[in-house]
Amino acid sequence: MTIKDTTLAVAAGFAAAATFALTTPATAGGHGINLEGETVEWVIPFSETGGSAKWANFYAPLLSEALPGNPTVVVKFMPGAGSTKGANWFQEQEFEDSNGTLIFGSSGSTQFPYLLGDPRVRYEYNDWNVVLASGTGGVAYLPPDLAGMMNGMDATALQGTDFIYGSQGATRLDLVPLLAWEMLGLSVEPVFGIKGRGDGRLMFERGEANIDYQTSSSYLKGVTPLVEAGTAVPMMSWGALDADGNIVRDPTFPDMPTFKEVCDATPGCETSGEQWDAWKAFFIAGFPAQKMVFLPAGASNDAIVTYTAAFEAIKARGDFAEISAGRLGVYPQMTGDAATGALTSATNVPDSAKAFVTGWLADRYGVTLK
Amino acid sequence: MDILSVALPALSDAAGLIAQPIVLGYLVLGVVMGLCVGVFPGLGGIAGLSLLLPFMFGMDPILGLALMIGMVAVVPTSDTFASVLMGIPGSSASQATVLDGFPLAKKGQAARALSAAFSASLFGGLVGAAFLTVFILVARPIVLEFRTPELLMITLFGLSMVGILAGRVAIKGLVAAGLGMMIGTIGEGDSAGELRMATYDMPYLVDGFKLVIVGLGIFAIPEIVALLRQDRSISDRAPLGGGWATGVKDWFANKWLSVRCSIIGVVVGVIPGLGGSVVDWIAYGHTVQSTPDRSKFGSGEIRGVIGPESSNNAKEGGGLVPTLLFGIPGSGSMAIFIGAIALLGSGQIEVGPSMLKNNLDITYAIVWLLALANVVGTLICIAASGGIARLTTIPFALLAPFLFMIIAFAAFQSGQDIMDLVALFGIGLLGILMRRFDWSRPAFLIGFVLSNPAETYANQAVQIARSRFRKGFEEGIDYIFSPIVIVLIIITLISVVVGLRQAKTIMAEGAIKSGAKRAPLIFLLVILGYLIAANINAWMIPDYAAADRVFPWFVSTVAIVGGVILLVQMMLSSETHALFADREFGNSENNAYGLWSTLGWFAGLLILTSLLGFILALAIFLLAFIRLRAGKSWGFSAGYTAAGIAFMCFMAWLLNRDFPPGLLQQLGDLPWPLT
Repeated sequence: MTIKDTTLAVAAGFAAAATFALTTPATAGGHGINLEGETVEWVIPFSETGGSAKWANFYAPLLSEALPGNPTVVVKFMPGAGSTKGANWFQEQEFEDSNGTLIFGSSGSTQFPYLLGDPRVRYEYNDWNVVLASGTGGVAYLPPDLAGMMNGMDATALQGTDFIYGSQGATRLDLVPLLAWEMLGLSVEPVFGIKGRGDGRLMFERGEANIDYQTSSSYLKGVTPLVEAGTAVPMMSWGALDADGNIVRDPTFPDMPTFKEVCDATPGCETSGEQWDAWKAFFIAGFPAQKMVFLPAGASNDAIVTYTAAFEAIKARGDFAEISAGRLGVYPQMTGDAATGALTSATNVPDSAKAFVTGWLADRYGVTLK
Repeated sequence: MDILSVALPALSDAAGLIAQPIVLGYLVLGVVMGLCVGVFPGLGGIAGLSLLLPFMFGMDPILGLALMIGMVAVVPTSDTFASVLMGIPGSSASQATVLDGFPLAKKGQAARALSAAFSASLFGGLVGAAFLTVFILVARPIVLEFRTPELLMITLFGLSMVGILAGRVAIKGLVAAGLGMMIGTIGEGDSAGELRMATYDMPYLVDGFKLVIVGLGIFAIPEIVALLRQDRSISDRAPLGGGWATGVKDWFANKWLSVRCSIIGVVVGVIPGLGGSVVDWIAYGHTVQSTPDRSKFGSGEIRGVIGPESSNNAKEGGGLVPTLLFGIPGSGSMAIFIGAIALLGSGQIEVGPSMLKNNLDITYAIVWLLALANVVGTLICIAASGGIARLTTIPFALLAPFLFMIIAFAAFQSGQDIMDLVALFGIGLLGILMRRFDWSRPAFLIGFVLSNPAETYANQAVQIARSRFRKGFEEGIDYIFSPIVIVLIIITLISVVVGLRQAKTIMAEGAIKSGAKRAPLIFLLVILGYLIAANINAWMIPDYAAADRVFPWFVSTVAIVGGVILLVQMMLSSETHALFADREFGNSENNAYGLWSTLGWFAGLLILTSLLGFILALAIFLLAFIRLRAGKSWGFSAGYTAAGIAFMCFMAWLLNRDFPPGLLQQLGDLPWPLT
């Protein structure tokens, strides 16, 4: 983009917003909705620094181009109570009030309290209308000396080590790594109170924590330089789901073993049974469909069709693979039936898995969600 | 040297990058926007950068950086206007400037205070940029040495500043800080998620109080209400007075103080997580400690302006170190800065360790831009100061509703909840009473700001140390008592001892008469009551969540002991003792209006907002206030109201924010901005 274009774009942005402020919303009709002159608000229930912000900031300008009438798309941050506050707020919004100018971006941290029956949850995923589901993955890593103790994929030799892990809370996405490490027989003590996974990485870099995990995009940015410098070694990825629901190697990290492979190679870790099923259920809820875009309850079919088509158009861009790989990683971006399917698998955990995890949280961390 | 052979070409590349007219144009644009944001109390770098965010996507990286750095660098310079001229901290980084800057303005020496502040700001900003240049090369190993015990010690060092700011009765300062820390623990605990003094039935409390609300409530509201009750303009004299040259001379005479405070600013800014709100207090504390004659602090000591202003601009340079090198934001505005950089260009710039490898020229361009922005910002501030200073001659009854409007809007932006306004009112009332009875408000605020880091770092350090001790006694001791920790402990102890010795001579808020016993006693009993309730509340947290119990329980116990000692002292002392300081006694401030009727106006705005929504409530409030309280004609009132509403809508539209809705909005749909 040249300097002149940039200047024009800023000016045009101001002008477009000014026009909007002076005109009353137009009513939509026919097939699909026309959002010309409108401002679409994309509410993210987290702060400006997290992964969800990166994800929404990546999509927002593309969405503006792809929606009919090229509305201004702005990302609004509404952090609080680990996203529960924003989700509760969105639950109260009625479609008629916004007519397609309000969308909501949820994340794994919105899903887990919902699944675990957190008393603060007053939202219901089944009321909402999913138009996009984005997957991601995660990688666990170790300092080189500890990684060297592993016998191939067998983690048995690590069982005598005292691990420290900077955690955001056992009931959040950290549930997946904590349970995985416990299944491998590692004694990991989570140090709670960090504000984001970046703080966990810094704790690892300072040598205070000696095990950590990052989601794919943070791993690519923050940990890859450490691996290159020789101060961190990847241990395993959580893997990805294939079309049949099997856990396979993560396409972003094809050279890394998955947790399933490590578990198989480690005596005492079972890839079947109650514990494994619970882990897999929560992995599926937390990662392959981690971030989703919703229209509020009662959205018209026209609006759903319009947004679905817009996200499909974004995916069909010639340069999409190129621009998304660096910022989102290589993960499925699902729309239409695929998105609905992803929503179903992300928000329906078998009762047995739920009961196991609730019991485990209570026994291991004294957490009761009442 | 190897480092230099890499750095020097990058430095000249960087100079080439920014020495283009268009880049400088964007820098000036950023500076002007930062100036506008910084002048208004409560809006700081966070609001300003949020305003720029939507335009960053795909922008030429160097232009976007020029815009953002221009804004970030000038906020700590321009917020001086509000601090000095209105007695309200323009942003969290200039709270300490108020203590001496405002008294100087009241004396008619605003120009002197401003020019000294601008000189110090400029100098601090340049020192910050120079330090950043060097730090980028050497900081990585040093910052990586800061583990949790070191971070905890830095936090405790910040808390030790309470000693110097405690005021005439040291224990009162201690209890105030303890109360601030207890207010800071309200909500969900960071370690185990247990609630402290909150319930899930009131979701607002679960998240705790935001710094914006507490800062505005404790400092801005009491000052506005006090000025409003006196019913005159802020400054009786000619707006700025002479003395521009005097201010520069003042700064030059104190150049070594400025150097030391700039270094304090850089160093504290470098440490991630502490944020900017404590920098100015540490610098102020140092300034007081290093001044032979301390009698004038709080009533217009120019050194009290130079110290904090040197540090708060230098802090921005320091804050960029962890931001650029580790991708760890040192403050709220830096957090948004990181988000904005990711949007620039096609995302080729990534903050973090790779920055030094791949983008050394961009890194140094940021340093140069920072230095330039400080120079440009200072020049513009000086040029614009005449106009801005005229604000102080306007009768305060005309200024106050405007300020209430801005403060209410800023407070609402922190949580976008009508409860933000209720919290603002409640904490404002606490601030008014603390001011009245001479309880140290700075001590309260430091306690509040550092409550969360102190608790988190303490919990984490204990947990990690326990694991180290399990491995071996020596390893545990090595972990806790690193050389850096030992040095910090020594500095903290010296600071406490020196601070307590000197605190009695500092009248942070001027001399206050003592008279009757009843009112100060009741206030103390109410505070004690809250502390005891919080103590019992903390005690009831079950064992498995002990990490969330220890800190509030310990702090409230210490504060309760302090409160009981005060109670005993009150029983034994005579009515004229400093313990019974009461600004209301004998109407020592020449108030023309009562406290409750003045506060009633603000309460009225709040109640109307909950019924009609913010904009309609504001219209009624402004119209009624200007007509009835300021005594202007209906025509003038209507014009004022229209201008106020238009300004508010423009701000909200720029920031893409909504206004607080009321009951009316639940009944039906209204067009923006009434929604």
